[in-house]
Amino acid sequence: MTRTAAALAVFLLLAVASLFAGVSDLTPGAVLAGDPAALNLLLTSRAPRTIAVVLAGGSVAIAGLIMQMLARNRFAEPSTSGTVDAASLGMLCATLLLPDMPVIVKMMVAAAFALAGAGLFMAVLARIPLSSPLVTPLVGLMLGNVIGAATSFIAYRYDLLQSLAAWSNGDFSTILRGRYELLWVAFALAALAWFTADRLTVAGLGRDFSVNLGLNYRRVLLFGLSIVAMVTAMVVTTVGMIPFLGLAAPNLASMALGDNMRRAIPLTALLGAGLALACDLLGRLVNYPFEIPIGTMMGVIGSMLFLYLLLGKRFRAG
Amino acid sequence: MPADLTASPGSGRSGGVILLALLVIALVACTAFMTVGVTGGWAFVLQLRAVKLAALLLVGCAIALATVLFQTVSGNRILTPSIMGFDALYILIQTAAVFAIGASGLNLVDKRLLFLGQAALMTAFAALLYRWLFTGAVRSLHLLLLAGVVLGMLFRSISNILQRMIDPNEFVVLQDRFFASFNTVDTTLLGVAAVIIALAAIAIWRMRATLDVLGLGRDAAIALGVPYKRTTMTALLLVAVLTSTSTALVGPVAFFGLLVANLAYALIPSHRHALTLPAAALIAVICLVGGQTVLERVFAFNTALAIIVEFLGGIVFLFMLVRGAVR
Repeated sequence: MTRTAAALAVFLLLAVASLFAGVSDLTPGAVLAGDPAALNLLLTSRAPRTIAVVLAGGSVAIAGLIMQMLARNRFAEPSTSGTVDAASLGMLCATLLLPDMPVIVKMMVAAAFALAGAGLFMAVLARIPLSSPLVTPLVGLMLGNVIGAATSFIAYRYDLLQSLAAWSNGDFSTILRGRYELLWVAFALAALAWFTADRLTVAGLGRDFSVNLGLNYRRVLLFGLSIVAMVTAMVVTTVGMIPFLGLAAPNLASMALGDNMRRAIPLTALLGAGLALACDLLGRLVNYPFEIPIGTMMGVIGSMLFLYLLLGKRFRAG
Repeated sequence: MPADLTASPGSGRSGGVILLALLVIALVACTAFMTVGVTGGWAFVLQLRAVKLAALLLVGCAIALATVLFQTVSGNRILTPSIMGFDALYILIQTAAVFAIGASGLNLVDKRLLFLGQAALMTAFAALLYRWLFTGAVRSLHLLLLAGVVLGMLFRSISNILQRMIDPNEFVVLQDRFFASFNTVDTTLLGVAAVIIALAAIAIWRMRATLDVLGLGRDAAIALGVPYKRTTMTALLLVAVLTSTSTALVGPVAFFGLLVANLAYALIPSHRHALTLPAAALIAVICLVGGQTVLERVFAFNTALAIIVEFLGGIVFLFMLVRGAVR
């Protein structure tokens, strides 16, 4: 419990820091004194950005946890299972074919593609006897690469490479009030996992086992993948891809708490949000006054963590 | 693919025939590349295309040789230098150099000198890194693959951060001059690259018999008197040199080596490097030159070759992964 409390304290500290870090000067004193310019800045830019980072971080982390349960693999998450790339392909197709539709429709198309991508990943996994747990992320990363190559080809063909770049690298710098609210829905969906955690855990034990326990395996699997797909699509549509976040947070949480999903969900969400805040804040400060997008920061920090999980454990075991 | 063919040890002659056929196809591809769709001044067009053709030939040979060598040393057919993050490492070193020296300083330095320095640095780094991966506690192939893929992602992300830290105006100038692609082949380096690749190819050719023995596996090779550690390190150094050279010329080409090497194993009914090495190089030339001809002249897609290679290579990789796990 003390660890959770410590995580919560760090998280709150990061959130406050995120409110007051930026190019234009904003001090807590000015806000408390009721300075209208300061309040305006806080309410239109800083607060929405901080909330968006927290919501996206938390929901991506939970989506990663669900994916890890369903694929029965510690290294599975939306960005290592082709789901994110499929969502981005969906966004591209929606932009090409339905350019005048509102964002919500495009997001639904992206979600449908993401679901298909996650389904394809699970189908490929089902054909492989699990000779090594490392095959799962390899398959997912390569599937993502292939989908990504197809996406860039289409984008190249129709001169959309620039739009593709916008949602292929997560970036919170364009978040203002009115441009992030979809993330509340994403977070609510991810929070649904809390109520179905036990079923998802059982489904993670495999088809035969869950049918034996009287669970409608296909329905739970579809439900879990749908949550992952919707969350992924919403995050990709509003801020872009954040690689490895869904991998890092659940693994850090399970180091602290073990593998009980229901217990792990709150801490996972908290760590995901905290990690996203830290990366976003770091990206804002490293090259001040310019910004480095969170997708890039997370790429460095997340892949280092991934390597640590891969090699560190092996060294400890051997 | 390789296992589907019933390989008999004495099939050197049919291997030779296949090599000859590949050579003919490669020559046809080169001729087509030089001559198809020429409008206007022949002299000008031929000169322009000859430079590009030379670059493609060099890159094809470098990638094919590096991949076959790497696969023999690592004892499998799915690992390639670029999957292990070699070319991402080169881009990282290059970006770091640009970042550290800055555009004004770089203009004073001879580009060829800079390239040699980068290649040397890259070779040293690669040797360290991969010696750690190959001789440490890491024994499982899957772990090596995944660690390589993630390392590549780490290198790319760090390069990305450094590129963003460089002054945007400076970066635009630098991008064209220092980051090559199939479309902007770096021609100033052609001479140096040709010499380096030729030397490496000669070194590899002289090693071919040892490589055949190395292909039998570590224990068998040691039992047959191959100085295992030294040979492996030499081979890895050659791989690093070849990969730096090809990346300097056309930028990273992720899955090209995988495609080419496995096509060569499938076509050549022998495990002898005297046959597989030239076959892989010829197939690489056919794919690069032929592919570029078809894409540029027939479909008018100029930069799409790298994307298509990535797509096809990814599918082949997945297929090999799935099939390898089933067996």
